[in-house]
Formats: sequence, C-alpha cells, structure tokens
Amino acid sequence: MATLTLRDLRKSYGSFEVIKGVDLAIADREFVVFVGPSGCGKSTLLRMIAGLEEITAGELDIDGKVVNRVGPADRGLAMVFQSYALYPHMTVRQNMGFALRLARVPKAERDRKVNEAARVLQLEPYLDRRPKDLSGGQRQRVAIGRAIVRQPKVFLFDEPLSNLDAALRGQMRMELLRLHEALKATMIYVTHDQIEAMTMADKIVVLQAGRVEQVGSPLDLYHHPANLFVAGFIGSPRMNMMPVTAAVVGDAAVTVGLVSGQQIAVPASGGATRPGDALTLGIRPEGLHIDPAGPILVTVSLVERLGGLTLLHVKAAGDQDLTVQIEGGDPTRAHEQIRLAIDPAACHLFDKAGQALPRPARHTLAA
Amino acid sequence: MRASPLQRLFAAALGWTVALVLFFPIFWMVLTSFKSEGDAIAPRLLFSPTFESYRDVFARADYVAFALNSVVISVGGTVLALLFAIPAAYSMAFHPTDRTRGTLLWMLSTKMLPPVGVLVPIYLLFRSAGLLDTRTGLVAIYALMNLPIVVWMLFTFYKEVPNEILEAGRMDGARTLTEVWFLLLPLTLPGVASTGLLSLILCWNEAFWSLNLTSAGAAPLTAFIASFSSPEGLFFAKLSAASTMAVAPILVFGWFSQRQLVQGLTFGAVK
Amino acid sequence: MVPSVAVLLAWMIVPLVMTVWFSFQRYNLIDPSMTGFAGIDNYRFLVTDPDFWVSLENTLLLVGSVLIVTVGLGTLLAVLFNQPFPGRNIARVLAISPFFVMPTVSALIWKNLLMHPIYGVFGTLASSVGMQPVDWFADYPLASVIAIVSWEWLPFALLILLTAVQSLDHEQREAARMDGAGPIAQFVFITLPHLSRAIGVVIMIETIFLLTVFAEIFVTTSGGPGNATTNLAFLIYARALLQYDIGGASAGGVVAIVLANIVAFFLVRSIARRLEI
Repeated sequence: MATLTLRDLRKSYGSFEVIKGVDLAIADREFVVFVGPSGCGKSTLLRMIAGLEEITAGELDIDGKVVNRVGPADRGLAMVFQSYALYPHMTVRQNMGFALRLARVPKAERDRKVNEAARVLQLEPYLDRRPKDLSGGQRQRVAIGRAIVRQPKVFLFDEPLSNLDAALRGQMRMELLRLHEALKATMIYVTHDQIEAMTMADKIVVLQAGRVEQVGSPLDLYHHPANLFVAGFIGSPRMNMMPVTAAVVGDAAVTVGLVSGQQIAVPASGGATRPGDALTLGIRPEGLHIDPAGPILVTVSLVERLGGLTLLHVKAAGDQDLTVQIEGGDPTRAHEQIRLAIDPAACHLFDKAGQALPRPARHTLAA
Repeated sequence: MRASPLQRLFAAALGWTVALVLFFPIFWMVLTSFKSEGDAIAPRLLFSPTFESYRDVFARADYVAFALNSVVISVGGTVLALLFAIPAAYSMAFHPTDRTRGTLLWMLSTKMLPPVGVLVPIYLLFRSAGLLDTRTGLVAIYALMNLPIVVWMLFTFYKEVPNEILEAGRMDGARTLTEVWFLLLPLTLPGVASTGLLSLILCWNEAFWSLNLTSAGAAPLTAFIASFSSPEGLFFAKLSAASTMAVAPILVFGWFSQRQLVQGLTFGAVK
Repeated sequence: MVPSVAVLLAWMIVPLVMTVWFSFQRYNLIDPSMTGFAGIDNYRFLVTDPDFWVSLENTLLLVGSVLIVTVGLGTLLAVLFNQPFPGRNIARVLAISPFFVMPTVSALIWKNLLMHPIYGVFGTLASSVGMQPVDWFADYPLASVIAIVSWEWLPFALLILLTAVQSLDHEQREAARMDGAGPIAQFVFITLPHLSRAIGVVIMIETIFLLTVFAEIFVTTSGGPGNATTNLAFLIYARALLQYDIGGASAGGVVAIVLANIVAFFLVRSIARRLEI
C-alpha cells in the first residue's frame, strides 16, 4: 500500500522559485509519469519526493504521514538514477545488497532477496561481475534490481532509459511495465520523452516552468489537451496549429474562419468567446486527409515515408506549415499541389490565453 | 592517425635520442656509483664494477641517520597534511558555499608566497621554540608547505565522484560516516594515494627548509647530499653512490604514479 | 575546512607580519647593540645595494629562461611522444625521470660528473675532439644554473602537455586534415590552441617553484662567482644566515613577497578563469 499526496509543494533556490506549488494525488499501484521539456522542474520534483532535495514549502504525505522531515532512506522509496549510479567498486551482488547490509539484514536473508531479484531480472550469470564489465542494458537492470531488493513502497525513476539505444529502450519499456504488474508497486517515472509517457503511464503529469499544466491518462491528454502547451507537447508528430477567427459562437459548436476564407464548425462550447475573436485551431496530422474536394489548397514540400505511414510536410496559404499523416501506399510526391479536408470532430480550439475550449463529446477511451 | 613507416622510424629515432639525452645524467650517476674512485674521474664506459662506494657510504654511520630522517619527515609531513586536508577537501567538494571558490584560490596563492620571504621569522620562531634541527619542526613545515596542493588535489579527486552515486547511497540508507567509509574512501583511494605520493616526493626532495633549519640532528638526505658540495664532492663515486641511494626510491615511486600525478597536479584543468 | 584554513592563515599571517616588522628594525643576530626602529633604512640600504638589483635581474632571467626552454621544448616533445613508435612508453618514462631527482642531487651530478672541466663528461668529450674544455661554472655560471633547472623542469612540462595533447579530439584533427591542413598547420591551428590551457597550468606551477630556486645555487656556486648567480632567494639567505642582518634580509623578503604577489595576481586570475569549480 502506498499513496502519495503533494500539497502545494514548492522549491526555491534563494529567491529563484523552481517548483511553484504542485498539488497531486497518486493512488496505490499507479504508474505516474512526470513529463515536460528540460528545465521544467520534473527531476527536482522527483528528488523532493525522494528526499534528496529539501522541500521549501508545502507538504508531502506518504500513506497519510507527512514525510517532509524524514530522511531519504526512511521514506520507504527506492530510486533508479539516470546514470544508474552503480557503485563501481562493488560487484552486482554487493550493489544490490548494499541497502540491506546498511539496514543490518542477516546475510542469509540478504542473499535470498538478491538472488530472487537477480532471477526476475535475468541477472544471475552476472552477480559476481563489476558494473564496468556489464553492457548498458545490464547496468540498467542492476540499478532496477538494487531498487527491487529493498521492497520499497514507491519506485522512483529519473530518466532511466535515456542512456540506452533506441532498440533497447523499447525493450526496457516493456520490461518495466511487466515489472510494474508483477511487483504491484506504485511507480513515479520522470522523462522528457512523450512517447515513454504515452506508452507507460496510467497517469501523466505535464509540467512546465515549475507548474502542473495538466494531469490525466495518456489518451485524456491526447484527445482533450487543456491548453496549447499540452496540445503541442503530447503527440508526435506535433499537432498543427492554425490561426482562425471565431464567426458563430454557440454552446455545442463554434464556427471559425480559416486564413483562406473557408469556414469550419468545430464541436466545442464557446463560453466567453465572441464572434471576431482570434483563436487557434489545432488539428493532429491524422485529422487531415487528402480530398480533391477539400477546402485547403497546399503544396507538398517534403515527403517522409515511414513504410506503413507517410508524413507529408505541406505549405498552405499564409505560409502556414502543416503536417499530414496518410497511408504508406499513397503515391503523392513532393512539389505536387493537393487539397486537404479537415475532420471537424478532430479539431481543437484554443482561446487567446492558450486555454482549450471544452469539447462536449469525450473520446470513448479518454477516461 | 596513420603514419608512414618512414615517419615512424623518424619519430622513434628522435624520441629515443631525446629520452636517452634527458636520462643520461641519471644513467651516468648510477654507472659512476659502481666505479672505483680512480675510474670515476676518467669518464669511461668500460670499467670493473665494484660496490666499494656503497660500502663506504654505508660505513659512514650517519648515512642511515640521514635516510631515516628523510623517511620520518616525509611520511610525517604527508600524513599531517592529509589529516588537515581530507576534511577540508571533503567539505569543499560536497558542501560548497559561496566562499569555496575564493578559499581554494586563496590557498593556491599562499603557495606563491616565497619561502625566502618568511625564512627569517620562521628561523627565529623555530629558534625560540627550540624546533631548529628537529624532525618535529620539519614535519610541521612540510605539512604546511604542501597543504594547499594537497587540498587542491583531493578536491579534484572528490569532485570526480558522481553526485548521483552518493545520492544512491543516501537512498540506500548511508549516513555521513557510512557514506565516507563504504563509498567515498574506496572510490577515491587511488586519488588519495597519488596525492600522498606527490606530497611524499615534494617532501623527500625539498631542499630549502631542510638546508636552512637543520644542521646535524634532523637533516634529511637532501642536506646530506649538499654536504658533498664541499671539496669532498670530488669523490665522484661516493657522491654518485649516495645520490643513487637518495634518488632511487622516489624515482621508482614517480614512475609508477606519473598518470595520477598529472591528473592531480593540473587540478583537472588538463584531461 | 575550518581547521586547515585556520592553520594556513596562521602560517601565512604570522611570519608575514613578522617579516614586515623586522624589515623596519635594526636587528643583527651577532651585534645585540643594534636595536630600535630603523624606518626605511633597511629598504634604502637594499635599493642602493647593487647586489640587490643584480639578484632581482638574475631571478627574472632564471624564471624567464627556464619557462621559455621548458614550455617551448616541452610542447615539441609532447607532440613527439604522442607519435606512435616502438618502445614509446619506456622512452617516455626515461624522459620524465629528472623531475623526481632531488635538486641537490641533480645540481651536484651536473656540476661534478658532467660539467667539471677536467673530470666531467662534457670536458672529456670536448678534449677528445680536440676542443678546449669549457669551465662552465666559471665562464657561464648563470647559464649553467639555468641548464640544470631546465633539465629538472622540462619533464614536468612534457608530462602535463603530453596528457593534454593526448586528449585532443581525433575527429577535430581529422576534420582539419579534410580541410587540407598539413602537419604544421595542424600544430599551429589545432594543437597549440588546444594546449593553451595546459601551458597556463605549467607556467603557473613552474613559476611558483622557480621564483624560489635555492638548492641548485646553494650547492653549485653559492651565488658566485661574485654575485653572478645570486637570485633573490639566495640573497636573503646570505643576508640572514651568513651576515646575520635580520633587518636587511627581511626587507629583501618583503620585496620577494611583493614580486611573487604581482606574478601571482596575474597567474591566479588567468588560471581561475579556466578552472571549473
């Protein structure tokens, strides 16, 4: 059992505030991912939870107890570092058993726990090697093993996969998910990679400049971004953003005019929006289609063929760059002129302040 | 980089020539130490080797006393310097404050203070404290003399310990003492060892304070060798034998530790 | 941190204050009748003493020449020992050995075994080709001292510069070659700029030690002939412990400290900028 509650957590270095009040509830066995661009404070937040950074203001509860003043080793957490931080002078066995040794766990029990973790992580053949004799993936697993052995209430991961190559990274993602299921533990995972966030998280926390921009399930954020920042950050390739003007404003739909003059009725509730207001229309690359009768005339500037899919980079009126995702079998080539159709149900609208106009119909998979 | 055979030959010839020229004085010293006095003053490569000079040097009972002084003073000065420097470097590396940088640079600048500038007061202080010509006095002087460099070197080595490893230790439940004992000490042992080594070399070879503050009782080998500058120095073979014995241990030390020495000496500014 | 700072502070301040104090006193160890405040007499005496100016000149000549020789040759040798050739590691160990030899030993070995006009190797070599042997310490005393000190410090420069050369990025040099740089252009435009930091470190550390060269002079020439090899360190030593003139020696000490501080000011500043603390 482990639940965490962050209440208005703040961190300042001198007069410089890096975490500007974070509120968050993390449920037992939840896999939570902190994601955001570099410098957004996600690692600092994790380190505050770990106890490695002092909490300037606010409260951190673990299982209902305030742990602000509890030392890192006594919070019942384990952390996997970006550089793995293995002890270079100890064997794999000693690395994994170090915490237990400091806690004066009897040798027999220590060995049993280390062996068990080594079995789970397939590290048994390497127990007597030193970190420098291991590959990157193996070191990563030792770092995880060191955390598992302590049977912590919460696992903390600080960009653990960023030092691995792409293939290994994909494989380790799956292993971590399997581990999460097997251990039934709460996990908090920091990454700047939104693909890691999308594929692994039960709950994503998007951070920017020390503030929480949005909290939700991956598809929640994908289909219902709360603001321009989240809309642009989640999803690859990025969401297309176009300047539009509100024409007809209603509670169920807002009709907007594109630069080219065409009008689209987007299912969104207008709220305080007035006709004539400048808005931003967001549409993901899969929301645009090639359609000879479509309203938007564009010139293809670049074709990226990924095999199953093809990405078209195109230029629309007003020097607007757009990305379109189409079938891999489509024959469209660079420098061709094509027409695009927009799926109004896939459109997002953002007001001047960058806040999303609520979409009345929730996506079926977005909880 | 690829090099043509001709280039390699040229580099080899030049490199070996330079190395042999630079090493020649040491080679010649060792060679002369095995000559008889008669052979020694006639520079020749061919001679019948003899241990005569070594026997003679050892026969001067005081050689052993000088050597013992050198050992005691160098080791003593080094240990004392390390005792002061380890806590200082530890706190500067892991708990830096705004003044850390300034303190470090100031320490370095104390090294620029020429010993001659303070020779007189030190001499008088030592005289009134009864420290002239004592090992204790030299141990204290050597420790102080090397303290800035020792702190600097240790600081560089401590700085190289990744912070994440210490944090991992803290997550695993290490307190200050267990952190130092289980993590820091094993991780920086090579660094501490090479720092000690450099301090040892500097103490062993130091020839300003030892010449000025000692006469007979506590004089180390540097002073012993200096006594050969008198006409007695014309006994080339004995001079060479004594010199060889004075230099050999530190030279071997130096050969083995050159890599770490560079790393520490350059304060990490050269990698 | 506190204890070592306190000890160093005491080590610096107490003798420093005493030196300055003595430099304004009439104080002679063998003449107890000379006491009292001397004002700037000691300094006046010092600056009117031709020996002082010669010693200052000798000090600067010694430091400057040794720096030029060791850094110049050291850079070239560093590049040389960076080339692969058979037995390179052994050759390098031989080349750096002089650094570990104690100054009194190197001075005596050079003076007697090598440079002695009758029994030394150089003299014998000269005679064997029919040349008149040179009496080095009589004819070129300062140059001889400079040669010995350079021999001691060249390995140090070589050791540090070699480490720096080895850290030069291979791809950078290859990029230069792709751009058409020959060996000399590579040395001038790639290697030298890369070494500037290491050269700074070498200059700083060597200066610290070279300003206070003492043992080499003490055992070879005792500052002579005349005052030809008397540097500031030796002058102060002679004043204090040979002539027992504490006041005069202290005045010299103050000058030495001021000189060192001027040098230190520039060096520490330029080094500090390069250090990542």
